[in-house]
Amino acid sequence: MSITNILFILLSVMAVGSALMVITRKNPVHSVLYLIVTFFAISGLYILLNAQFLAIVNIIVYAGAIMVLFLFVVMLMNLNQHIEPQKNRLLQIAGIISGGSLFLVIVAAALKSQTIKAGMELQTGDYGLIKTLGMVLFKDYVLPFEISSVLFLSAMIGAVVISKKEH
Amino acid sequence: MEIKWFIELAVALFSIGVIGVLTRRNAIIIFMCIELMLNAANLLLVAFSKMHAAAAIGKATPTVVSDGQIFVFFIMVVAAAEVSVGLAIIVMMYRNVHSVDVNFLNRLKN
Repeated sequence: MSITNILFILLSVMAVGSALMVITRKNPVHSVLYLIVTFFAISGLYILLNAQFLAIVNIIVYAGAIMVLFLFVVMLMNLNQHIEPQKNRLLQIAGIISGGSLFLVIVAAALKSQTIKAGMELQTGDYGLIKTLGMVLFKDYVLPFEISSVLFLSAMIGAVVISKKEH
Repeated sequence: MEIKWFIELAVALFSIGVIGVLTRRNAIIIFMCIELMLNAANLLLVAFSKMHAAAAIGKATPTVVSDGQIFVFFIMVVAAAEVSVGLAIIVMMYRNVHSVDVNFLNRLKN
């Protein structure tokens, strides 16, 4: 058993375990913190997959910016003492059963495919570095890159307009 | 390492996100579960781009193999924009109904 397999098992147990904690904790602050742990585990898996740039971006954008925004909103609303109202137990069981069947169906369908059955091994290479990705981003994908700046501008204006108090 | 382990992990994370959306009633937690599902899709895209790297390295130009990771990059861009607008909507909803419980949002039902 190689070091890569051990790291993969550790990181995937960490990711799935903290993802389960996200949906089971009552306190929203705890859920946010466990989601940050999940994102760190996913960043570790990106490094295992030779995607170093994406690993750093995942930590900066998701764990750094998005989750801090979530934490800020949760603490702004002061939801800690709010107790989630009584939920329908039947609805919860139905949700768990449908999620579990989704897992089974997708895994069964994916593992039946010929490419995956052949035991396709993952490859190595340095194509996940900033140098390579930057060349691709600014040569082949320069138009989507510029359009995404327009998307950010509209999202920023939208967020300001929506959260503005109307008089 | 074989690709099937990554498929199972990503589908497990996605299913946990689906279960969270279906069972929780707190709007913020539902939103976080959507982020979890986006990340599961990202992980699978990166794994598949790595799987197809060798086939592409032999034939095409070296830039082709990075396409999957560029897609993940753009998904992160869209997710960041989505989070800012979505959290603004949740803040506005809390200001109007003083709760983030999605069960209260049934005014369109009748």
